[in-house]
Amino acid sequence: MTDRNDFISREKFMAELYRYKKGSVTRRHFLGVTGLGVATSVLGAAMPGLRSAARAQGSIGDRVVVASWPNYHDPANFEAFTAETGAAVDLNVFGSNEEMLAKLQAGGSGWDVFVPTNYTISTYVEEDLIEPLDLSKLPNYDPASFDARFAEAGTVNGVVYAVPRNWGTTGFVVNTSMLGDLPKPTTWKEFWDMTKAEFSGRTMVHDYQLTTIGNALKYFGYSFNSIDPKELADAERLLLEVKPHLFGINSDYQPSMRSGDAWMSIAWTGDGLQLHRDMPEIDYVLGKEGGELWSDFFAIPKGAPHRDAAYALINYLLTPEVNAKEVMFHGYPVADARVNAILPPEMLNDPIMYPAQELLDALEFGAAVTLTDPNRAELMARFKSA
Amino acid sequence: MQRQALRTWLFLAPAGAWFLCMLVLPLIVVFVYSFGERGAAGGYAPAFTFDNFLNLGSRWAAFKNTLILAPLGTLICLLIAYPLAYFLALKTSPRWRTVLLILVIVPFWTSILIRSYAWIYLLGGQGIPALLNALGLGNPRLINTPFAVLVGIVYGYLPLMVFPIYVALERLDKRLLEASSDLGSPPWRSFLQVTLPLSMPGVATGCMLVFILLMGEFLIPAMLGGGKVFFIGNALVDLFLQSRNWPFGSAVAVALVLVMLITVLAYMRFTRRWAGGRDDVSLM
Repeated sequence: MTDRNDFISREKFMAELYRYKKGSVTRRHFLGVTGLGVATSVLGAAMPGLRSAARAQGSIGDRVVVASWPNYHDPANFEAFTAETGAAVDLNVFGSNEEMLAKLQAGGSGWDVFVPTNYTISTYVEEDLIEPLDLSKLPNYDPASFDARFAEAGTVNGVVYAVPRNWGTTGFVVNTSMLGDLPKPTTWKEFWDMTKAEFSGRTMVHDYQLTTIGNALKYFGYSFNSIDPKELADAERLLLEVKPHLFGINSDYQPSMRSGDAWMSIAWTGDGLQLHRDMPEIDYVLGKEGGELWSDFFAIPKGAPHRDAAYALINYLLTPEVNAKEVMFHGYPVADARVNAILPPEMLNDPIMYPAQELLDALEFGAAVTLTDPNRAELMARFKSA
Repeated sequence: MQRQALRTWLFLAPAGAWFLCMLVLPLIVVFVYSFGERGAAGGYAPAFTFDNFLNLGSRWAAFKNTLILAPLGTLICLLIAYPLAYFLALKTSPRWRTVLLILVIVPFWTSILIRSYAWIYLLGGQGIPALLNALGLGNPRLINTPFAVLVGIVYGYLPLMVFPIYVALERLDKRLLEASSDLGSPPWRSFLQVTLPLSMPGVATGCMLVFILLMGEFLIPAMLGGGKVFFIGNALVDLFLQSRNWPFGSAVAVALVLVMLITVLAYMRFTRRWAGGRDDVSLM
């Protein structure tokens, strides 16, 4: 079918087969690159949703600028979008919602699409930094098929400002082969205590006030969202005590976990799944005390320079077939029933993606007030510069 | 005469406008902001308070790190750059000199960001520590330490130190060395009494270049310090890009400018006095 099909080597074929078996790539990708061309064309034709929609809107410009999170997008989907629409995707990766808010407040971000978390959207609306969405330009968004719990934060005062992307949890990853005789930690208390002792110099925390302060608060059994000055003072004391024992403060912890430099880190669902998939000795744990349950959204900032491309990209990524490929890549669950219908059953039964109910029950959604509370912001900045 | 003055002003206008818009006005904004308050959702709210300056003590650790590591990095750069520049300027044939000089510049063709990423892997657990471990020399933790930051600093800033010293040494009048030798001075003495003093302007320029840039450095500590070795530049980035406390960030910036002004003025006075008595021997 195409020239490259003639050149696939035996090694490359086995490598692709292995990737496919691991779930790193989809069957479509596998069939495509391995030269099972006829099958590819049949499959392609069987997915009309992938074509037309974006192109029908006419020219959308040559680029679309996205602000999102680490390890959160399948590059193959962006490439396919570019091939189909001509708009190249320029991806900026962030470590915290606070960083995204700061960029938008400073103005001139140049972003077309960004991926805010549930607790930030009402602030973006108050600060007039976010566009109300024209849902007629997002035909692939079907509100009825989304679990309302993970979609409702996108609607403020009856106006839809953001449509759901993924949901997930914030727990921690631990390299169990480094535990020795220690039992596997199951609580935030053990997470912080081990950091001060056996895992000294091997633990990472996010460069993100919500999760790092929130899970330090959990050590004392306080709410993840607390802004009580006394409780925050306790959390600060713990963080300052722990800081000399940390390996690093960074929201992109996968490289250090993979290289073995770090043994434990605060982590999000998808990173936990990606690490566990490649290194089974790394486990993802939800602290028994609780922690964060979250939902991410697609949104368009005010003054986006490539608005049409922004709508086209969001619409493209909400196509159930494309979204399913994203999930296979990043391992974050989606609230869209249409996507779940086509995901392989082993993913839908994955305990990292869908934790046991009693663990989920202890989790809290982030609260809007944590984003703007000056004490939490200053606590995090002091902790880092200490 | 008047026409000439007009022409002078016309030629100066672009630079002057740039200076005014890109330096003077922003500095005034920073100064005014430093007396303000953090807005409700972050940013700036007008006010008149000294709280931001009274709170500067909370960033003492970052100031301290910068004031230790910036001079230390400058010194190490100098100690490595001087022999290199000396070798290039005085001991190399002209043909090789060009090649070697280009090799000093080549790293600049790649972004410091990418080169710092390379150091993350070199200093990480599977890099140099693993090599040392295999050789039975222990398994030290290198990445995310002050040592890693120093390595990154010296690596990144070395060329800025090499070139001014090289230029000073290259212009050195070789006849002075012959004269010194004819008058019975051994080589080490000629170096100390002729070469070194005459290269001091280059040393002073190199140190100034490296030191000033290091005082504002944030990229290398962020990447090789893992968020644990914090420079004042990192504290500033945090205040503007995470906690969104522009007034306090402005106060820290004002304090940094003052600290640098004092250090640089003291340094200039010191080097001028040092080189002062020797102006008479200078042939430049």
